[in-house]
Amino acid sequence: MTEAPAQACPAPVRSGDGLWKRRWARLRRNKAALFGGAIILLYLVIALLAPFLHLGDPAKPNLIKALERPSVEYLLGTDELGRSILSRIVHGSRISLLIALGVVSLGLVVGVPVGLISGYYGGKIDFVIQRLTDMVLAFPGFLLALALVAIIGVGLENTVISIGISMIPIYIRLVRAQSLAVREQVYVEAARAVGTRDPKILLRHILPNVMVPIIVQTSLGMGMAILFAAGLGFLGIGVQPPQAEWGAMLGSGRSYLFNAPHVATFPGIAIFLAVLGFNLLGDGLRDALDPRVKV
Amino acid sequence: MLQYTVKRLLSIIPVLLGISVLLFIMLQALPGDPAQVLAGEMASQEDVERIRVQLGLDQPVYVQYGKFLWRLIHLDLGRSARTQNPVTQEIWARLPNTVSLSLAAIFIACLLGIPAGIISAVRPYTWLDYLVTSGALFGISMPVFWLGLMLVVLFAVILHWLPAGGTGGIEFYILPSLTLASFVMAFIARMTRASMMESLNQDFVTTARSKGLKEKVVIIRHALKNALIPIITVIGLQFGMLLGGSVLTETVFAWPGIGRLIVDSIHARDYPMIQGTILIFGLLYILVNLTVDLLYAFVDPRIRYD
Amino acid sequence: MNQEPQDLGPGLPGAEGPLLDIEGLKVSFRVYEGRVTAVDGVDLKVNHGETLGLVGESGCGKSVTAMSILRLLASPPATIQGRVRFEGMDLLKLSADQIRRIRGNSISMIFQEPMTSLNPIMTIGRQISEAVMLHQGASRDEAWERAVEMLRLVQIPSPRQRARDYPHHMSGGMRQRAMIAMALSCRPQLLLADEPTTALDVTIQAQIMDVMLRLKEEFQTAIILITHDLGLIAEMAARVVVMYAGQVVEEADVRTLFKEPLHPYTKGLLGSIPVLGRKFETGRTDLQEVKGVVPSLLELPLGCRFNPRCDRVMARCPSDPPPLVEKEGGRKVRCWLWA
Repeated sequence: MTEAPAQACPAPVRSGDGLWKRRWARLRRNKAALFGGAIILLYLVIALLAPFLHLGDPAKPNLIKALERPSVEYLLGTDELGRSILSRIVHGSRISLLIALGVVSLGLVVGVPVGLISGYYGGKIDFVIQRLTDMVLAFPGFLLALALVAIIGVGLENTVISIGISMIPIYIRLVRAQSLAVREQVYVEAARAVGTRDPKILLRHILPNVMVPIIVQTSLGMGMAILFAAGLGFLGIGVQPPQAEWGAMLGSGRSYLFNAPHVATFPGIAIFLAVLGFNLLGDGLRDALDPRVKV
Repeated sequence: MLQYTVKRLLSIIPVLLGISVLLFIMLQALPGDPAQVLAGEMASQEDVERIRVQLGLDQPVYVQYGKFLWRLIHLDLGRSARTQNPVTQEIWARLPNTVSLSLAAIFIACLLGIPAGIISAVRPYTWLDYLVTSGALFGISMPVFWLGLMLVVLFAVILHWLPAGGTGGIEFYILPSLTLASFVMAFIARMTRASMMESLNQDFVTTARSKGLKEKVVIIRHALKNALIPIITVIGLQFGMLLGGSVLTETVFAWPGIGRLIVDSIHARDYPMIQGTILIFGLLYILVNLTVDLLYAFVDPRIRYD
Repeated sequence: MNQEPQDLGPGLPGAEGPLLDIEGLKVSFRVYEGRVTAVDGVDLKVNHGETLGLVGESGCGKSVTAMSILRLLASPPATIQGRVRFEGMDLLKLSADQIRRIRGNSISMIFQEPMTSLNPIMTIGRQISEAVMLHQGASRDEAWERAVEMLRLVQIPSPRQRARDYPHHMSGGMRQRAMIAMALSCRPQLLLADEPTTALDVTIQAQIMDVMLRLKEEFQTAIILITHDLGLIAEMAARVVVMYAGQVVEEADVRTLFKEPLHPYTKGLLGSIPVLGRKFETGRTDLQEVKGVVPSLLELPLGCRFNPRCDRVMARCPSDPPPLVEKEGGRKVRCWLWA
C-alpha cells in the first residue's frame, strides 16, 4: 500500500464509466480542440461538395478577367489566368485532404506493423530495422521528400509517396517506443504465460495500448503532410498545374506580389487554417487521451 | 562519458553509408542513360563518354558503388551538369550563406522561444500563457514561405523599410531569418513549456520548496536546469527543420544559399548537383545532431559520470 | 516484528504550550466533478521533542495535512482553512517570505520517494548545503562542511566523497538518509516525515528508523511520522492519531492504542496485522480484514463515514455523524459506541 504525496488534486476513484466515454468527455470540454475539429469538418464538407457548388471551373483560363481584385462576382478575386481563386481554393481542399489521407495511410500501413514487430521482438530484427530508420531519419523530413521527388518525379501521386515515405519512420519510432514499454507490462507476461500466441498478443494487448500516440500523431501528421505538400507545390515540384494545389497557387502568385497580392494571400490562409485545425485537434486529442496531472 | 562518445561516433558510420547508398540508388533509379543524365543536356559526346568511363557505368553494380564511395570519400562530387563547374566549388561558394542564415535563425528562435516557454509554464492558464500558446500554435501552422511572402508585402512593398530579397548587410538578414525562425521558435516555445511544466511537477521541486528556497531559485536552479536537458536534443532536431525551411525561405528571398541551389538543380535536372547538395545537407544535419548529443551527455550528470 | 510499543515517554509541553497546534484544519480541492474535502476539521497537537504517529490508509488525508503545515499545496486548486499554530504563530497567516523562513529551518519535511524527491542533476552535498547557506548565512565552504558532517551523522560511509555524488549513484536507503540529513541540517524543531520507509526494503527500513531515532534523541526534534505501517508506529511513536476519510477517528498514546483500541476501524487495522504463530496457537488460518473499500471523497457516506464497513454499526450511525469525544487520559474517539 503506498500513498502518493498529494501535491495537487487527489484523483477521485470512479467506476462504471467507460474509458473511451471519459476520453470523449474530456475532448468535448476542450474548446480549442473542438474549434480545430470544426475547421476540418468544414474543409471536409467543402471538399465533398466542391463539384456541386458551381463556383466556376478551377482549371479553365479566362484571360480577360485576369488578376481581378476581390469583388461580388469573384469573392476572392481571380488569378493570373483569370480563374476564380475561391473555386481553386475549394477544389484545392480536395487535393490537400487527399494528400493528407494518402500520406497518413502510408505511414500507418507500413509504419505501425513494422514498429510493433521491431518493438515487441527486439533483438536482431529490431537492430536492423532501427539502423534502417536511422538512415532514413538522417535527413530532415522535408528534404527527404524533396530528394525523393527529385528521383521519382513530380505530380500528385509522387507527392503522396515522397511525403509518405518521410512519415513512415516517424510512426515506426513512435510505435516501437510504445511497444517496448507495453511489452514489459505484467499483463503481457501473463498472456504469454497462459500460452497466447504472438500475433494475438500483438493485436489484442500491445496494439490497443499503443493506439493513443498513433491517433495523436495521425492528426498532427495530416497537418504536416499538407504543409509539406504545399512546400513542394510552392517550389514547383509538387502537384502540377492546372491542378489547384494551394502551395502551387502561392508559388505562381508570387510573381504578382506587388500588384495583386491577393493571389498569394488567400491560398496561404487556406493552408494555415487547415494545418491549424489539425494541430488544434491533435493537441486536444493528446490532452484528452493521455492526461497528465495538470498544475 | 567516453564510452558514450565513442558509441555515438561509431553510430554515424552506418548512417553515412546509408546516405551514400541512398544517393547511389538515386542515380540508378533515374530513367535513361545515367552518363547522359549526369553530363547534362548541353554536354558533348566526349564528355558523356568520359563520365561513363569515370563512373565505370559499364561495369557491375558493386564496382560502380565502390567507385562512387571512393569518389565521395575524396570529396569528388563531379561537375554540375548546368554550369560545368565542380560541384564542391559551387556548394562551397554558397555554404556560408546558408549556415549564417540558419545560425541567425536558431539564435533568434532560442532567444525568444525559450523564455516564452518558461514564462508560459510558470504562469499557466493566465492571459500570458494563452498568448504564448496561441502564438506558438499559429507559428507551427503557418507555412514558412507564406509568412515570408506576407512579410515581404508588409515590410518591403508597403512600408519600404526592408529589402525584398538578395543578400548584403544586416538589413538583408532580418526578414529571412525571422521567417526561417518562426516555425522553430514556435516549436521550441511549445517544447520548453511542456518540459518546464513536467519539471515543475516533479517531486524534487516540492522538496526544494520545502527547504524554504525562494520561488525564483526553485524555478531557475531546480526546475529549469532539469527542463533544459531534453530541450537541447530538440534543438538539434529543429536544425533539421531549419534546413528544410531554408530551401523555401531562400527561394522566397532570393538568398544565394544551398537551399536555392537544390531547387534550381531539381528544376534543371542537374543530378550531380542534386546529389552533392543532398549529401551536404545530410552531413550538416548529422554533424549538428552529433554535437547536440555530446552536449546532452555532458550536461546530464547521469550520463557524464557513468 | 516486535509488537510491544517502546516506551518513549510523553512529550514535554514547552513553557508556552505545544510546539504545533492545529485547530480545525480544512483542506478542499476544486476538481472537475465538484469540490473535494481531503481534510475535514482536523485537530492535532505536537509537543516539543515528541513523536506523533499519523496513521491511515491511502487517501485519508494524512499527507495533505502535513503539506498544509508548510503550505506546500498549490493554492488555487486547494483551499485551506483553520489554524496551524507553531510556537504561537499561525502559519496559515504568514506572508510568503515568512513561511519560507520556516521551511527547512524550523520545520522540515522528508518524502516517500527519495529517488524522485532529490534533484537528479545536483550533487548531494550541494542540495544539503543549499538550506544551510540560505537559513544560516553560511559561506559555501562552511555549508559544505556542515553537509559532510550531516552525512556522517546519518551513517553514510566516506561522507566527504559521497557529498560529491549524484543521487543516482546511491542506493535507496542511502538516498533516504541523505534526505534526512538534508532535512535536519538546520536543526529544525519539527520534522514532517511522510511515509519515509514505504518505498524501501524491510531491512533498510530498520536502518532508517534507527537513524531517525538517534538523530531525534540528539537534536530533540519533534516528529510527525506519517505512515500506514503500524509496526513503525509501535517502534517510534509516543502518541498516535488515526485518520479516516479526512477526519480524526481516534487519538491515544501508543501503548494504550495497541492494547485497547476503541474505534472499530483502529481495531480492524490492528487485527489485520498477521501474527506469526497464530495458526499454531489458535488454529485459525484466515486473515482478518476490514471489509469494504475506502469511500470516494466525492461520495462520502452520510453520518459516520466508516459505517458501511463497520461490524458494530448501530441504528443511528448511517444518519448521525459522531463528534470527536475526549475521554480520560487524553484519549479521543469518534464513534457512537463511546460517545
